[in-house]
Amino acid sequence: MRNRRSQRRLSNRVFMEIAEKVIPPRTHYLNATYGVKSWLLTTDHKRIALLYLASVTFFFFLGGLFAVGIRLELLTPKGDFVQAETYNRMFTMHGVVMIFFFLIPAIPAVLGNFLVPLMIGAKDLAFPRINLLSWYIYTLGAAFTVVAIILGGVDTGWTFYTPYSSTYSNGNVVLTGVGAFITGFSSILTGLNFIVTIHTMRAPGLTWFRLPLFIWSHYATSLIMILGTPVIAVTLLLLALERIVHIGIFDPALGGDPVLFQHLFWFYSHPAVYIMVLPAMGVISELVANMTRKNIFGYKFVAFASLAIAVFGFLVWGHHLFVSTQSVYAGMMFSILSYAVAVPSAVKVFNWTATLYKGSISYNTPMLYAFGFIGFFIIGGMTGLFLAALGVDVHVHDTYFVVAHFHYIMVGGTIMGYLGGMHYWWPKITGRMYPEAWARFAALVIFVGFNLTFFPQFLLGYMGMPRRYYAYPEEFQVLNVMSSAGASILGIGYLIPMIYFIWSMRYGPHASANPWGAFGLEWRTSSPPPTLNFEKTPVVTWEAYEFTPRDEMVVVSVRDLLDETLRPRPVGSE
Amino acid sequence: MQVPIPFSPEQASSYSGQVDALYGFLCALTFLVGIVISLVIIYFAIKYRRRHDTEVGKPIEGSTKLELAWSIIPFCISMGIFVWGASLYYKMYHAPGEALEVYVVAKQWMWKFQHLDGQREINELHVPVGRKVKLMLTTEDVIHSFFVPAFRVKLDVVPGKYSTMWFEPTKAGRYHLFCAEYCGTSHSGMIGWIDVMEAAEYQSWLSGGAGEGSLASSGEKLFQQLACNTCHRSDAQGRGPVLEGVFGKEVQFQDGQRLIADESYIRESIITPRAKVVAGFQPIMPTFQGQVSEEQLLQLVAYIKSIGSKSPGAASTNAQPAKPAPPQQ
Repeated sequence: MRNRRSQRRLSNRVFMEIAEKVIPPRTHYLNATYGVKSWLLTTDHKRIALLYLASVTFFFFLGGLFAVGIRLELLTPKGDFVQAETYNRMFTMHGVVMIFFFLIPAIPAVLGNFLVPLMIGAKDLAFPRINLLSWYIYTLGAAFTVVAIILGGVDTGWTFYTPYSSTYSNGNVVLTGVGAFITGFSSILTGLNFIVTIHTMRAPGLTWFRLPLFIWSHYATSLIMILGTPVIAVTLLLLALERIVHIGIFDPALGGDPVLFQHLFWFYSHPAVYIMVLPAMGVISELVANMTRKNIFGYKFVAFASLAIAVFGFLVWGHHLFVSTQSVYAGMMFSILSYAVAVPSAVKVFNWTATLYKGSISYNTPMLYAFGFIGFFIIGGMTGLFLAALGVDVHVHDTYFVVAHFHYIMVGGTIMGYLGGMHYWWPKITGRMYPEAWARFAALVIFVGFNLTFFPQFLLGYMGMPRRYYAYPEEFQVLNVMSSAGASILGIGYLIPMIYFIWSMRYGPHASANPWGAFGLEWRTSSPPPTLNFEKTPVVTWEAYEFTPRDEMVVVSVRDLLDETLRPRPVGSE
Repeated sequence: MQVPIPFSPEQASSYSGQVDALYGFLCALTFLVGIVISLVIIYFAIKYRRRHDTEVGKPIEGSTKLELAWSIIPFCISMGIFVWGASLYYKMYHAPGEALEVYVVAKQWMWKFQHLDGQREINELHVPVGRKVKLMLTTEDVIHSFFVPAFRVKLDVVPGKYSTMWFEPTKAGRYHLFCAEYCGTSHSGMIGWIDVMEAAEYQSWLSGGAGEGSLASSGEKLFQQLACNTCHRSDAQGRGPVLEGVFGKEVQFQDGQRLIADESYIRESIITPRAKVVAGFQPIMPTFQGQVSEEQLLQLVAYIKSIGSKSPGAASTNAQPAKPAPPQQ
């Protein structure tokens, strides 16, 4: 036993030494060329990732600004901070900006762009110029939306339900729709690029089941991007045609069906939830494996769970329509299928938890975000079961319960994953370390602020407070004040990393090639990496997260795990 | 059954206790799952914390048995929840035959109610306790949603069609009515009250208000004003089908399809008469779209419903034509 342990320690030391030996080159992707042009015309996936980072950060704070307005208005039951019309535009723009311009691109376009080629040992993505094009398309779409905001915004809710959006709203529906329509193409191009890259550009020896789980989840996400996004494009086009030339596809007065819009809209927008959360799951798998220095428990199950979520995700859109007058039997089918998609999500949580067993668990900031993600995802996921239960959904549909649920998934899930990933790969991206103490403090502030903001909204929802209400009955005030108080804490929590990240770019200590003692190809090149990523193409002879050689692998039995959990042996008895 | 759940609205319908029971179960399940997983994570996180910098975890491949267990058990539990939730839903959407009917027209931003006896109300609905109430809802403009938290019911009101919902108030009181589907500037102002009254009180309220005669009689007046009766004659001599005895019966169309005549069919026949032409008749009826409001439509429907039980003069009950079928158009 003792012998094996020391062997393991030895092999790890050798591994760490190899990592240390990779001397940072004098030139890397950040200082290879200078000037605005070298950034705006770059085809380097890492620089494009940083262009996206700047864009999505801008939109995150813009969307956050609208959230500040919403929470200020909801401090009091009466509508007194802004006009009703202004409030309606604020929550709409909050949704549009956060979903289309932050949550959907955040992880794939920033971390995915940066890491997919590095993790598979490639020099770049398969189509570097298309990659740059996707950023320009995103920027063009964003420009349309920003113009729409400056011209007064839109008041339909981010869901653009007809016939309100097609006939009655006097906001800039078409302009905003065009913005989202254009941005969709950047998403399609990114997805296409990832799929081709993952299929064709893996390093020698890097077989499918040796891929990091981050890659699996991005592969699944890319499938949704290229199969789902065209549907929202068509839907927004139909909406624009309906509004401009009254083609009569959604307007009942012209023989159309307004509920058809909801079907088309959610056919994309429900899978879009998985575009937002699957990449975050990929990040969490990386964090859990590398911060416990251990292979992921049930690797193949986690990998296939991503694909299962992507496929089943296309079959559950009708659970947004349980009270829309769709057929009762259709409702039942969509309810069953929604429970089917819950299973692979649960499988992931169980596997992450089991991975901790006999790991070497670090409490670094990235791991704190991973713990936070798992906690929020349990609450977000379990409340999804409430919403899929037909009889309960009828009551909580379109109330704050739904608002709380999807914020737990998107803010508690996606943003926790995004921030965890940003901290974990920050040394790789910038070559600098962030201040660990501040980062842990910020993670704690975010955890507290988030729960205080969104947990009361579950209660508000069950009590019956409808969403998108500008003024509300007095009995809902206490919980709304709690939520607004939490939001201000959450806002501060988001500002702290913003400040120390910028600080660390100049003043942070230099990072080694592998400051975490992590596994994965991205840690086997210098920080920051050279423009072509690796000095020479790596040849992979190891499994995913193989911190110790394969022959030391044990297959755990159920009995082992239960014994260990129920009857902890005294430390040192091994 | 009537377990009070903290942070929940009053239980004021036969349905609310049942929804709360499932909600309570789900809360308990969430709490249990959350606590168990959190405790396991905390235990592992402490027990297996990193003790020195170069330590690595013990490699463990995984376990198919465990994977199967934690896939199949959650699946079975979720199927149980599905059946529970679906049975509530099914009950909710199958309106009882015998019920007090109220017609509802939503518009930006108010709720208009018409009782069969002729009372009309805005943003306030009076109903008796202990009696099933069936609402037939439609809207003049955008989609709205009729939501009464105390009854745990909600249904979207979609333009161009009739939606039906029902509830049975079990407790007298005044309960919130909200519009739950975003409908424009004053969405949050589209609120009202449901007044549930004791039976006697309700009777005296009923006798207080009916000024304009019953809904069906208003419909009958309109039927004559719009000259519907020149074609739809009760003696089967008109150019249109006889309407007496049609409601609730099967109708056959030119294309051979059949349908039970319900409120939506009557509405469609007034708004887009050519969508379904009764077998044996020419598609000559003009559309009344834009000429009658949703409220007037409901009055016409109520009238045609009221003559649905009458025996139809000379025509047979399934509206077969008295004259030979003209050629298809």
